[in-house]
Amino acid sequence: MIETHHSQPATSRGTTLRTEEMILNMGPQHPSTHGVLRLELVVDGEIVVDVIPHLGYLHRCFEKHAEQMSNYQQVVPYVDRMDYVSSMGNEFAYVVAAEKLLKIQVPERVDYIRVIMAELQRIASHQIAIGTYGIDIGAFTPFLFLFRDRERILDLFEEACGARLLYNYFWIGGLSHDLPPGWVEKAKAFCAYLKPNIVELNGLLTYNKIFIERTANVGVLPKDVAINYACSGPMLRASGVNWDLRRDDPYSVYDKIEWDVCVGRGEAGTVGDCWDRNIVRVHEMEQSLRIIEQALAMLPEGNVQAALPKRIMPVASEAYARTEAPRGELGFYIISDGTGSPYRIKARGPSFVNLSVITEISRGAMIADLVAILGSTDIVLGEVDR
Amino acid sequence: MGLLDKQFEKSNVMVTSLDSLLNWARLSSLWQMQFGLACCAIEMMAASASNFDMMRFGVIPRATPRQVDVMIVSGTVTLKMASRIKRLYDQMPEPRYVLSMGSCANCGGPYWEHGYHVLKGVDRVIPVDVYIPGCPPRPEALIEGLMKLQEKVRNESLAKKHA
Amino acid sequence: MTFQEISENLQKKFGDAVVLVKADAAVDPFIVVAAQSVCDIALHLREDAAMQFDYLMCLSGVDRKGTFEVVYHLASMTHKHKLVLKVSVPADRPEVPTVESVWKTANWHEREAYDLFGIIFTGHPDLRRILLPYDWEGYPLRKDYETPEFYNGMRVPY
Repeated sequence: MIETHHSQPATSRGTTLRTEEMILNMGPQHPSTHGVLRLELVVDGEIVVDVIPHLGYLHRCFEKHAEQMSNYQQVVPYVDRMDYVSSMGNEFAYVVAAEKLLKIQVPERVDYIRVIMAELQRIASHQIAIGTYGIDIGAFTPFLFLFRDRERILDLFEEACGARLLYNYFWIGGLSHDLPPGWVEKAKAFCAYLKPNIVELNGLLTYNKIFIERTANVGVLPKDVAINYACSGPMLRASGVNWDLRRDDPYSVYDKIEWDVCVGRGEAGTVGDCWDRNIVRVHEMEQSLRIIEQALAMLPEGNVQAALPKRIMPVASEAYARTEAPRGELGFYIISDGTGSPYRIKARGPSFVNLSVITEISRGAMIADLVAILGSTDIVLGEVDR
Repeated sequence: MGLLDKQFEKSNVMVTSLDSLLNWARLSSLWQMQFGLACCAIEMMAASASNFDMMRFGVIPRATPRQVDVMIVSGTVTLKMASRIKRLYDQMPEPRYVLSMGSCANCGGPYWEHGYHVLKGVDRVIPVDVYIPGCPPRPEALIEGLMKLQEKVRNESLAKKHA
Repeated sequence: MTFQEISENLQKKFGDAVVLVKADAAVDPFIVVAAQSVCDIALHLREDAAMQFDYLMCLSGVDRKGTFEVVYHLASMTHKHKLVLKVSVPADRPEVPTVESVWKTANWHEREAYDLFGIIFTGHPDLRRILLPYDWEGYPLRKDYETPEFYNGMRVPY
């Protein structure tokens, strides 16, 4: 990769190796871009001088579709397909925003089921994030272990709503179905099943010497940069910012549940490095289990659909609501013009915003570290490009 | 495949046609391009992971198109991506196969009407051998599609390529 | 700070640059400011100790048929309050000064608004298309947009 203009080894003549910058393309087909992202790298030898991301290879025109739908409910399947690794999280954000706009109060049971589903989804999403991150670094086995557990979550989802990946389960004003009989027990059994497996994961990957060597002190994102770039989710928390929308801007019933916000502490290296971003996800899985267990215990009986008119007609207004999706702050800005269909919907995807900081944190890194940095940001291209 | 199992312990003679031997070898090691596009890529990952274990079919993901036999187009193909898919396909060695996974790759899926930036079917840029319906197809459906492709390979002939 | 205190603070400091204070909106109240002073107002909002809007949650373009709006959703991590700021520009000259120097995150959001609406952010360091291909014609989220028949030889409609 080093381009030299000397025919003899430069060190023998006591001069420094003259290098020149070259441009390297990473993606859109690359195993560690997690989808179809193209990074244009300016490299000096193995050192990354600049990174220019090129997006849009998965731009599926979400916002156009949202405007074309004939009512607010029809947007939900498209919302599912934005961040396809955490569909429940997306639906949650969208229904929270739509219910804020349409001023709908949902039954309490709905709130609890939504929280349970969203947290299960958070675990499933982090499992993919950590598993694929392991593959990026060179560890294949954790991926298989995590996918084994993830299938159990998908089974729970499938039982509740019939789909494995894209659910269309959260509807405006409620849910598409109530939980099937016996589901709560299965969910409780799952929580008990997963706990030792997280310990196993830590032994396998998190505290693995090679993994620490590859990720600690790599791609450090300082606190002030993270805030100025509006990073969110594990990316922001790993930089030492104690900020979680579930606690700091509560929605649904999160204010009735107890859990801890996980913050990066620089245990293996510096605060805000790739290892911190990974450990925050691991700890969040544990905390999600705590939330699920509490919500399952508190789950009230009742209806799963609010009584709504056949056709919802909001007044001309606009609302922005944000939720803590697995990747961070997922916000929807909905404008209504007084008709039954949305006038404009803007999705603020956490991946899109988190990716924008990549140039900042990868300057001066090695090319191999760039893979580690990109994996640790945990982007989903469906949400970056929408 | 059971025909050849455990037949080589002592010296042995086996008579078969060259076609079926070659096809048997090819269909049992359909290497796949490690390349995901959208939601379906997650189901493709699930299919290669523990519970479904696509590798038992000899489907091994390879990162470069030069080493692969089959490209699984797993997800929405956008207009920006279409030319790259075409280029990747062109880089694959013959004989090459394309599995179109999911409704988006088949026909544009939910984006068929208003998707100004979505290609309505990957078969508009590259030829497709097997279409797998679903949004997204379950891993079982992907494996079914793969077995359909194996069937196709089994019936091919060196002398005459079946369309 | 409440919405009223923030709007009074802005009106006192910037006077006529605050075009409209809509406190009685059905859901989220908002403030409309003049386009040319949006950068100064943004800086003031971030730097003022009582407000400290250090977090730009979202920046959206909106086509209002005849005018374009740019909507800034701000939040403060210290004070945990939020604000909706708006700028309205005519459709024939959609130019808004960039706030990239105040919040770096605006860089990509503004590129997106340029890409999909054709709103030009003056002073932006790198105003290129972000999602669509660089040779794409037109701005698809404008209400009068018509999908092209072909792009690079590929048929676009179904």
